[in-house]
Amino acid sequence: MATKIKPDEKTAGDHQNANGAAPKYKVIGTRPVRHDGVDKVTGRALYGADVHLTGLAHGRILRSPHPHARIKSIDRSAAEALPGVLAVITGKDFPNLKDKIADLGEGSVNLADLSANCLAHDKVLYKGHAVAAVAAVNAHVAEEALKLIKVDYEPLPQVNWVLDAMREDAPLLHDNVFTSEMGKLAKKPSNVPVHLHFETGDVDKAFATADVVIEREFKTATVHQGYIEPHVSIAHWNRDGHITIWTSTQGSFTARQQSAELLQVPVSSITVIPCEIGGGFGGKITVYLEPVAAILSRKCGKPVKMVMNRTECFEGTGPTPGSFIRLKLGAKKDGKLVAGEAWLAYDAGAFPGGMIGPGCMCVFSCYEFPNARVDGYDVLVNKPKSAAYRAPGSTQAAFACESVMDELAERLGIDPIELRQKNAVHEGSRRVDGPTYPRIGFVETLEAAKNSDHWKSKLTGPNRGRGMASGFWFNIGLKSCAAANVNADGTVTLIEGSTDIGGTRTSIAMQLAETLGLGAEDVHPQVADTDSVGYTDVTGGSRVTFATGLAAYHAGLDIREQMQARAAILWDCKPEAVTWDDSVFRNGDRKITFKELAGKLNQTGGPIVGRAAVDPEGPTNGFATHIVDVEIDPETGKATILRYTAIQDAGKAIHPSYVEGQMQGGSVQGIGWALNEEYFYDDQGKMRNASYLDYRMPTALDLPMIETIIVEVPNPAHPYGVRGVGEAPIVPPPAAIAAAIHNAIGVRLRELPMAPHRVWAALRDKAAGK
Amino acid sequence: MPHRRGESYALKEIEYAAATSVDEAVGLLAARGDKARVMAGGTDIIVQLREGLRDADLIVDVKKIPEMMQFSYDPAKGLHLGASVPCYKIYGDEKIAAAYPALADASRIIGGWQIQSRASIGGNLCNSSPAADSIPALIAQDAKCTIAGPSGRRTVPVAEFCTSPGRNVLARGELLVALDFPPVGKREGARYLRFIPRNEMDIAVVGVGVWLRLNEKDDTIAAARLALAAVAPKPLAAPEVGTWLVGKPATAATFAEAGDRARALAKPISDMRGPAEYRVHLVGVMTTRALTGAAERAMKR
Amino acid sequence: MVKKSHVSTTINGEAVEFLCEPRQSLLEVLRDTLRLTGAKEGCNNGNCGACTVILDGVPVNSCLVLGVEVEGSKITTIEGIATESHLHPIQQCFLEGAALQCGVCTPGFIVATKALLDHNPNPTEHDIRFELAGNLCRCTGYDKIIRAVQDAAAVLQENRS
Repeated sequence: MATKIKPDEKTAGDHQNANGAAPKYKVIGTRPVRHDGVDKVTGRALYGADVHLTGLAHGRILRSPHPHARIKSIDRSAAEALPGVLAVITGKDFPNLKDKIADLGEGSVNLADLSANCLAHDKVLYKGHAVAAVAAVNAHVAEEALKLIKVDYEPLPQVNWVLDAMREDAPLLHDNVFTSEMGKLAKKPSNVPVHLHFETGDVDKAFATADVVIEREFKTATVHQGYIEPHVSIAHWNRDGHITIWTSTQGSFTARQQSAELLQVPVSSITVIPCEIGGGFGGKITVYLEPVAAILSRKCGKPVKMVMNRTECFEGTGPTPGSFIRLKLGAKKDGKLVAGEAWLAYDAGAFPGGMIGPGCMCVFSCYEFPNARVDGYDVLVNKPKSAAYRAPGSTQAAFACESVMDELAERLGIDPIELRQKNAVHEGSRRVDGPTYPRIGFVETLEAAKNSDHWKSKLTGPNRGRGMASGFWFNIGLKSCAAANVNADGTVTLIEGSTDIGGTRTSIAMQLAETLGLGAEDVHPQVADTDSVGYTDVTGGSRVTFATGLAAYHAGLDIREQMQARAAILWDCKPEAVTWDDSVFRNGDRKITFKELAGKLNQTGGPIVGRAAVDPEGPTNGFATHIVDVEIDPETGKATILRYTAIQDAGKAIHPSYVEGQMQGGSVQGIGWALNEEYFYDDQGKMRNASYLDYRMPTALDLPMIETIIVEVPNPAHPYGVRGVGEAPIVPPPAAIAAAIHNAIGVRLRELPMAPHRVWAALRDKAAGK
Repeated sequence: MPHRRGESYALKEIEYAAATSVDEAVGLLAARGDKARVMAGGTDIIVQLREGLRDADLIVDVKKIPEMMQFSYDPAKGLHLGASVPCYKIYGDEKIAAAYPALADASRIIGGWQIQSRASIGGNLCNSSPAADSIPALIAQDAKCTIAGPSGRRTVPVAEFCTSPGRNVLARGELLVALDFPPVGKREGARYLRFIPRNEMDIAVVGVGVWLRLNEKDDTIAAARLALAAVAPKPLAAPEVGTWLVGKPATAATFAEAGDRARALAKPISDMRGPAEYRVHLVGVMTTRALTGAAERAMKR
Repeated sequence: MVKKSHVSTTINGEAVEFLCEPRQSLLEVLRDTLRLTGAKEGCNNGNCGACTVILDGVPVNSCLVLGVEVEGSKITTIEGIATESHLHPIQQCFLEGAALQCGVCTPGFIVATKALLDHNPNPTEHDIRFELAGNLCRCTGYDKIIRAVQDAAAVLQENRS
């Protein structure tokens, strides 16, 4: 993580006008209809599963019924003999890869592990682990062929809870994984690939000076991103060796890179065409189907389409870690924190590299800690390899830290918002893991919460309670490219590479429009394939409106500069003598509008293409504070969300509706995580609820309207002040709801989900005086 | 072909026949035995065949049999409900919903609207899930099954229909044709209530169907019937609780004790829908609430 | 091999004939045979509503209807909601109200909303939440969807009066 963001000198001036007042924008802050909207409300938008190609074959995957087993043999002959079957492959059809770490932008991956996750090699490590794949004339035949593949398994003992997996005598998932601790590798293999440790100040001494010390333990269940569109990929390995992949991905370039590495072909021999994507939330960064479809295609000579079903999404793709956290806070009577200590174990799933890093960095990220110690463990268990899920690692950590903060506020008799205000990080505060914050808006979210109608309203009635909590997510920058072509009618076509999951075409186009003084509708944004736009990192880390928006802004400046030169040709003056203001170029008394000048490009030297490639440094630091009212049915333990308010610093809300939408959607995913969602395992280590029926995501009937308050503390590293907004809103809900439940019925829940039976059991224990 | 339970997700090759009469359906079922499956709304059977939870070579569609799509209500004779009638037609009929409110309660919460457009009460009964929402309501409302088979028709009370999870008394070639409900008198009320973690779209953690009749002069309970879902291998009638209620005043204390008595009958399992001890507890809560609701309805009638 | 059946039906007002195997769902026929890919597959077992179509006046999950079952039926899919030149007010309200993010659940929501407002022109917020509980959305938290449905109901009421 970068420690300090340098404001872009060339553009920092756009923040404020001469007298220091907030800038007036024409397009930014308005709510235009999205450019891809009509296609999406009429069913015309093409998602991955909607792509149809001539001669298309259909692929299906055989998955392990065991959570942990050695593959003794695979006999595919009967499947190959079934009429209509075109190809059958196993892990042996993948190139044999050595351990190599590939940087995927938001996180990195070991390629040998990634390969073994796409199709197992010698062992299956979780129920649902892919073992073999079939391509056939249709999906029904492919499915029938799967039943004819005979796999001889030797089942092995399984482990799926982090603390069990950390035990000396736990079944080992990999015999070549050794704990890395402060750069040193342990001698004996274990299920703990990494132990992280940060420390600042003298923690033990500081706890001794505290007036109040509270230490608690927390557990959270594994949960899934739950995107409604299942994973889908179509690959065509052409006879000239070129591979085209149509896929549902958060990052077409990342999908290309992973596929190229796994297939051992140059990146340039793959074109990834990103289709419309039906949700990702971090879960559509890792490749699962792309390389499998490609190998099947090479074998059968046809394009191969692979679509997961819902059970495969749950059992075969990365959920976010279950966790165990022990957390201790010490404070003075006035509420000032003196020390914090956190011990976190996150499950990584079947391969190393879970979300423990960001978990450790986020756990104390909201408050100033003069003394703190954080220990984190990445733990292998027999579950699918974990993947990013909206602010990965932060929600679990915030559930622990914010819950102890709430208890501290209660113990000290301080209002929970005030306790946070006393300790909140601000510009110049140092995060426990090192970095110092630039201008951030946490304090402003707390003030907005305190002044909100919700917080000031009175909550009455039995078994009702109110809670609040805050949360942090870094928000990354990373690489984005954009190109913009000026059309003769004065409009601009924008080509960018960020797959659009929630309206980012529009939020990027609006920034280009603002830069050129055009209307949002005058910019026509296109998400391009990997051959048609420069390298662009994933749609993740809440980076797109910030970083790809920055690229669009720079492409706009490039156009402006070129247009000034064209005006100078028309007027026979120096380009520097041409000024630009609100879409009009001037020189003395002469003026020409952008639109008029666009019509004269061919007389003044030909087309204009604006372009930009950016790699902005460091996080944009998002903070959210949420307030929730709940009512508990004391007989059943069921919680009803009565009212919910999400407050967040967006830096600058480019399209406020989409910022609200991110806040509302993130809040509701957090509510689901808090109350009902979980991977439910039986004692054989098999997930028992791998369907939307029993993996209970919230329905419309489970929620009230989600109120939003957007706080705008401009990000100094962006010309329009943008910060990422997508991820922070999932972080506070579990802790806020736990606080509200405590406020309602006097019990503290420290295990997620806070399902009705857990609340009921807590009430029963309280009544029994336990 | 090895049958891998729950691990297949496309339908295998299968035949389809849309019967147009009960006799035709019975003929097909008798000829094909357990390799034929009846489909009314299809909302269970299609999923089960796809996921390998049930097996069949032939689907017999019974929605084109006029007799099975008919329903009629006569206050003097009661309700006659064809087994293929979709749920939405039941709660959509004000008279039926008012006369058989537990049936209406259940038909309104089986899946979402899209499911209710297809799923039938007869199908829900024949699927014979221990957690089925309709079955406790049918038992409480004293419904009787008309079953057609190769040797004619027979009648079986719903309380005796299910035998074990997913199984029932239908023999080879037999088909559930209709359900008949007795006429409803004054001071009668019924309620089906379930507990689910969400507010819709869940399978019952516990379900309770109740019916009762109050004495006109003093509002004591003249008769009562109860049945429970998701607490035993089949929907569980609880006649002992019904008998105990007779003569008791329709008060909170009575209904609380009835809840305790119902709880004593529950033998649930622990699974992803809830731990056993919690389910036992819920039987008490939901029984009390359902009785209270039924009594309120009875007092208005 | 089981023979394919010939099915005659009406889709979005047009007479349509197709051949299908009994094991093919209506969703599969719509998407793969007729290339009406607006209805989406989210779960293929009736729990998400992304494949909602209106079948003889009522909303159904097309993943739980067999293609062979729709002989003689009338079907409306998302492709049949707008007129030749105009979006339906429900579509317009979803668009203007930013009631979609990724958009994959949107066709199902719009078709279900059409059915809802056809049956209940003036629904309460609770009615909307109850009737749309069979449609899952993972992006929006439902807030803007509910508001869009309320807006559409108001526009349709106004158009009628």
